[in-house]
Formats: sequence, C-alpha cells, structure tokens
Amino acid sequence: MNLKDIVKMLDLKVVSGDIDREVSAGYSSDLLSDVIANAQKDNIWITLQIHVNIVAVANLQELAGIILVNGRQPEQITLKKAEQENIPILLTELPTFEIVGKLYEMGIHGNSIN
Amino acid sequence: MDNNKTTTKIQELTYELKIDDVMCKNIETVSSKMPISQLRDVLYKKRISGVPVVNDDKLVGIVSIEDFIKCMEQEEMDALVEDKMTKNIKTLYADEPLVHAVKKFEKYGFGRFPVLSRKDKKLVGIITKSDIIKGILKKLESVYHDEEERRYRASHIFNDIVADEVFLKFQYFVEGKNFDKAGEASTGLKKTLYRLGLSPDIIRRAAISTYEAEINIVAYTDGGEIIAYIDPHQIKIIIIDKGPGIPDVEKALQPGFSTAPGWVRELGFGAGMGLPNIKKFTDKMTLRSTVEKGTHLEIIIKLSDYRNED
Ligand SMILES: Nc1ncnc2c1ncn2[C@@H]1O[C@H](COP(=O)(O)OP(=O)(O)O)[C@@H](O)[C@H]1O
Ligand SMILES: [Mg+2]
Repeated sequence: MNLKDIVKMLDLKVVSGDIDREVSAGYSSDLLSDVIANAQKDNIWITLQIHVNIVAVANLQELAGIILVNGRQPEQITLKKAEQENIPILLTELPTFEIVGKLYEMGIHGNSIN
Repeated sequence: MDNNKTTTKIQELTYELKIDDVMCKNIETVSSKMPISQLRDVLYKKRISGVPVVNDDKLVGIVSIEDFIKCMEQEEMDALVEDKMTKNIKTLYADEPLVHAVKKFEKYGFGRFPVLSRKDKKLVGIITKSDIIKGILKKLESVYHDEEERRYRASHIFNDIVADEVFLKFQYFVEGKNFDKAGEASTGLKKTLYRLGLSPDIIRRAAISTYEAEINIVAYTDGGEIIAYIDPHQIKIIIIDKGPGIPDVEKALQPGFSTAPGWVRELGFGAGMGLPNIKKFTDKMTLRSTVEKGTHLEIIIKLSDYRNED
C-alpha cells in the first residue's frame, strides 16, 4: 500500500519527507536496537521517540516512514535531519495501540505475515 | 543537461509517463440534479474552477465556474446542473501516454479533461495542464538524481586499479555523549559503501553494526573513532575508544545486558541488544576491552560477490 493512502485514511499530519512510496509492513517499538534488529526495509515504524536518532534508524533500515503517536512533536533537529534524508515523519493524536489497530484493519501487517 | 537534451528528455517522458501517473485522483464530483446555487460551495471550498457531473458512476458532463457566473448574471440560480453543464465532453483514458493529453490540450484549449478507466468507463481522475507540468518535473528530478548517483558510483574501482593488493580506508571520528550527532559516522559510511556499488544487503549489515558500535561510543565514552577497510573480499570495521572499558566482556555480549544510564534509556537506547545485533549482522566479531584503557571492536563482513550489477 502507498504511504500517501495511509496518510489520507488515518488523517496523519505530514511534517517531512516525500510520502509517495510503498509500505511493505509495520513495526512498532520504542527501543531503537529492537527496531534495528527486527524492522525491515519499507516498514512503517510507529513510535513515541522524537529525538534525532529515529531518523538515523529509519535511514539505516530504509524504512518507509515514522508515525509519532500521542500527539508528540518531533524535535527541531529531528525535523531538519528528516527533511535532509527525505524520511517521512507523520503525526497522530492517537496512541500506539489505536493506530496499529487501524493500520492492521487497512491491511498493513507485521513482517512475519507477509 | 543542456537545452536540447532537456527538450528531448521531456518529449521522451511524455511518451513514458501515463496519464494515470500524473492526474489528480482525489476528485470532487456533483450530481446532475444538484441546483446551480449549491455549486458555489463546491467550487469555492475545493478552490477548483470546474467539476465533473456524475450519475451512477457514469460521467454525464462537466460544469464550470463560468456556467455558475452566467446563471448568476441571468438570475437562474434555481436551474439544475444538468441544464447548464457541458454535455459532449472530451475525455482521456488513464492508460494513455501523457503525450495524448498534451495534444488534446493543444487541440481543444480546455482547462481540464476527465479521465476514465478503459475497462469500465468509470471516472477515475481529472487532468489539468499543471498536473502535467508537475508530473514531468517530478520525474525529471528523479531521473536527474539517478544520474547523479550513477556518476558518483565507483563500482569499477577495484577493477581499474592495478596492484597486488588493494584496500580502501575510511575513517570517522565520533563525539562522546552527543546524541544529536550519533549516527553520522554510520550514515556516512553507508553512503560511501553505496557509491562503491556494494550490494544493498552488505551495505545494510555494515551500516547497522557500525551504528550500534557508534551509539556505544556516544553513550559510554568521551569519543572514539571508526575505521573501515574495504578490499575486494571483505569489509573490516574497527571501532576504538579510550573510554572506561568493559569489565566482563562475556556478560556484555549477552542479549539484554545493559548498564545504560537513565538518560540514555529515555532516548530508546540501552535495551542491551547492541552488541548482539552486531554479532547477528556480521560474519565475524572480536571484542577486546581493558578497564580504564578502552574498548576495541573489530567486525568483518564478507563480500562473496562484492559488486552490484551495473
Ligand atoms: N565502548 C564501550 N565502552 C564501555 N562499555 C561498553 C561499550 N560498549 C558496550 N559497553 C557495555 O556493554 C553493555 C552492552 O552493550 P550493548 O549490547 O550495546 O547494549 P546497550 O548499549 O543497549 O546497553 C553496555 O550496557 C555497556 O555496559
Ligand atoms: Mg549499545
């Protein structure tokens, strides 16, 4: 599914990056090493971490984008880096459980299912 | 790109791109039985100058801001859309090349064309001249980007150099305790490996393991350095610091073991998975450490087939 459609259907606020790209599956974790170990290329990542290292992790893993939950705003430097590296950062007021549920309903599953 | 080259490239793109690639898919429609008086809201809210008229998924006309203004002047606001809309409309199919749209715009001088799917003749989008321009610019940008990348590639480097042994060395310095800069060395190494034309899987494994080691330097020491040696057979990365050292290396290698302080954990590090991740993503890992002297980590990733296909 295209990230554009996810953004539209979940009413996410796009604050950086080009959202015209395919999403393979989803991964949710607030531990960066866990994301590094278990997320896969083109995953959408759901987290409440907002500091600049989320961009590095997304970049290394070539993730499709990062959804920040609970209405959390990224730090300024995070935004700047994300813009530089073209990593989509998307904001939602919803908590993780809800947003993951909605993604699942839309057909975005975990890596093990695909 | 010089002028001539750009022109031919644009022409090429108008054949290559499909109408479906550039058209607007998120379209507003109205029904033919809607009174003209309600048209204002639709056009105004969406900031559009015309809207397709659809009954049961079938396109029956198009109604524009000019039609609305005429009705206003003639005080016919109660008229229905179907009485005032243009009925014999020219359309395009989504799978037609962009050049067909360009020709139709030239020929008819309209501001927009509704786009139908060839299969079921349903309305699937609308295309304006500005959609065409935007679509071509976007494509040009990505074409340009690819060309830049290709120019940067140095995949042939090992083949071109004549020597008994060749290795490349890249060195990065890592600041301690500065999480704002953490990741810059590994991201830099990743870009470099990409330009060397190494395969994506190799690059990913090298970059991820370097990142975890870099984070450890940032979290636990006052700084250190990363040196990558690349030869036709392997990437060797050495990560050194003069920090506090690790008292029990065996223990540090166990998944989940962490001495990360609270502020590091708050940032999402300190899961005790860094060293295990490095082990997982590399072919060989050697960790040596002396308390109060520092830590020396060496990792090797083999390049069985070291080049991308060009
Ligand atoms: N360069 C280093 N200098 C000192 N201690 C280190 C270094 N790298 C790792 N360690 C120690 O090893 C432990 C495990 O490291 P790691 O597996 O990366 O997990 P984490 O960093 O999440 O704690 C760390 O908590 C720390 O005590
Ligand atoms: Mg670590």
